[in-house]
Amino acid sequence: MDVHENQHSEGSKTGMWLFILSEILLFGGLFILYAVYRFKHPSAFHLAAEELSRPLGTINTLILITSSLTMALSILSLKKGDRRSSLMFLAATLFLGFLFLLIKYFEWAGKISHQIFPDSPRLLERNQGEILFYGLYYSMTGLHALHLLVGLGVLFAMGFLIAKQKVNRANIVPLENSGLYWHLVDIIWIFLFPLFYLIT
Amino acid sequence: MTEKILGEVQPAVPFYKSPERFGGMFGWIFSTDHKRIGILYLLSILFFFLTGVSLGFLMRLELLAPGPTLMKPQTYNALFTLHGVIMIFLFVIPGIPAIFGNFFLPIQIGARDVAFPRINLLSWWIYMAGALLALLSLFTGGGPIDTGWTFYVPYSLRTTVNVPLAVFGVFVLGFSSILTGINFVTTVHWLRAPGMTWFRLPLFVWSLYATAWVQILVTPVVGITLLLTLLERLVGVGVFDPAKGGDPILYQHLFWIYSHPAVYIMILPAMGVISEILPVFARRTIFGYKAIAFSSLAIASVGSLVWGHHMFVSGQSDLASLIFSFLTFLVAVPSAIKVFNWVATLYKGSIEVEPPLLFSLTFIFLFSIGGLTGLFQGALALDVHLHDTYWIVGHFHYVIFGGTGFAIFGTLHYWLPKMFGRMYRKKISYLAWAVIFVGFNTLYFPMLILGWEGMPRRYYDYLAPFHTLQLISTIGSWILIAGLILMFVNLFYSIFKGERVGDNPWGGATLEWQIPSPPIRENFEKIPTVTRGPYDYGCS
Repeated sequence: MDVHENQHSEGSKTGMWLFILSEILLFGGLFILYAVYRFKHPSAFHLAAEELSRPLGTINTLILITSSLTMALSILSLKKGDRRSSLMFLAATLFLGFLFLLIKYFEWAGKISHQIFPDSPRLLERNQGEILFYGLYYSMTGLHALHLLVGLGVLFAMGFLIAKQKVNRANIVPLENSGLYWHLVDIIWIFLFPLFYLIT
Repeated sequence: MTEKILGEVQPAVPFYKSPERFGGMFGWIFSTDHKRIGILYLLSILFFFLTGVSLGFLMRLELLAPGPTLMKPQTYNALFTLHGVIMIFLFVIPGIPAIFGNFFLPIQIGARDVAFPRINLLSWWIYMAGALLALLSLFTGGGPIDTGWTFYVPYSLRTTVNVPLAVFGVFVLGFSSILTGINFVTTVHWLRAPGMTWFRLPLFVWSLYATAWVQILVTPVVGITLLLTLLERLVGVGVFDPAKGGDPILYQHLFWIYSHPAVYIMILPAMGVISEILPVFARRTIFGYKAIAFSSLAIASVGSLVWGHHMFVSGQSDLASLIFSFLTFLVAVPSAIKVFNWVATLYKGSIEVEPPLLFSLTFIFLFSIGGLTGLFQGALALDVHLHDTYWIVGHFHYVIFGGTGFAIFGTLHYWLPKMFGRMYRKKISYLAWAVIFVGFNTLYFPMLILGWEGMPRRYYDYLAPFHTLQLISTIGSWILIAGLILMFVNLFYSIFKGERVGDNPWGGATLEWQIPSPPIRENFEKIPTVTRGPYDYGCS
């Protein structure tokens, strides 16, 4: 085997952290745009933000934070060698993630049914600040949802690997890295939520 | 593990003959061996380099005489865009890290492979996928893009050509670059051999390490910029569209937050290679090891903060321009530190002017011209005159072709004998160097003068007074290409038919020279224990 075998799991984690760093900068570009356009059009951003549903946003925030908890519990269970609980918590995480996407879908569908989506004639009639707000809203929550979707795929694969005992107490790093990714998705939402729903 | 391999005495089977999971071509495109992946990159990147050269050749041919010469203006627009996109995203950015970094980084730090061999292979596949998408964009949708390699909005939102697919291709290429960066940083942190302390790392490794950080940190920013441009084209989100309140200057900011540091992604590894070659052929340890190592980090960090100098005349605030101008002058300092240390390394060395050194010395000369001309356009008032002229084209080619390009040629001459165990014909190399050097300066020096006289870049046509210099420049392109053909034929021939050379033809002290040529699979029979610095010739 490899001379660096014992370092390899540590190396994997370093790699994951670097990947997360690059993800933060990916969203960073969007946050810069948000900051600049909010500074340019404070009142239009205020008006547009009032139209988003705070209850739905809050519920989704709670869902996602809870899913981070179940994710952490799943890792903890596997560390203790409890494969069953680990799988159960993983399933809960998957369910909560799915629920988040479902609510997001209804939010988007509601807006779209009111003719508010990029390039829609109704939206183009409104002032530029509101067009930009919704442009950013769809881009940022859309990219976030895409990340969540990828996360669901990864967690599903992890569940499969845990069931097959390929990921276990001795080889836990894949699950821990998936957990890191899941928390990243969570943290990005923690920033999106106040920016779009709370600051009005 | 070492115990197991220690026991057996293995004959040195070259890495390209050692059995893989699959045979034939699949043994290459599905191999996770960092050396095979390096060769894959070598072939694909050189292919795109030659494509880019051909496009440049056609552009120069069109500019042979005023008025339409060979093609329609739209074709010319497509040519300069493709020349830029191919040369920058498919050749120089991956260039040295993907080819020589992959091949030599693990060997130089005493490792068997990179930290994530499978991700390494994946990054080559992603690179090829991105290249394929960019190629597809030429023949689908509205045809070849004509926006220039910068894809500036709002024009890229309005033009009818196939911007979305091309932009998506470049986005995909960014992924490949990020994965390579992550791999290299992790490898340097975790896989150094025992005794390979940070200050025993070869300077090539230091430069790759600094570059990898830049790749990880700034590539995502252009990723999101291109993604938003794509969204703008497909659904019209409006964030860059002035008609909807979007700000095109913000696009330029985000674009250059990546694309300026990208220039350092191109040049830093080249500087690393030069720091390898000079001490070997001066038979003298490098002067100012730590200064060179830290100046790589300084270039990487300060270089990430100067992007605004691309927008002096775009309408950004005067204060911002002042700050960016100051930082631009500042970034010249670490580059100068390197140049002075290289020159000091040569001082009182017993210099042997072998082909790799000749190309490296040329690098220092041409890069100095490129760097110093850069200071001109970093000055606010002067930039108003020089912006968007041939001066910029000349400056850029002196830095990137005269710099990174010549470094790549030098690296090929330095490391090919290691990679394949065979030597090229040195006399032909000297001749090729002379032809390339003359061709290069004939091609690009007139551009500096043309720009100073006011010839704008990217123009299909020009006024009669510019004719003489344009003509000289075009003739230079013919000389340059003749030299390139000579050099590549010589190198290519040597891979198969060259005279066999020993493991250490140049007398290098870094780890890659202590193993067989060509290297075996997994590089080392036994992981070495390092007891001295990389340029310690006295003890070897």
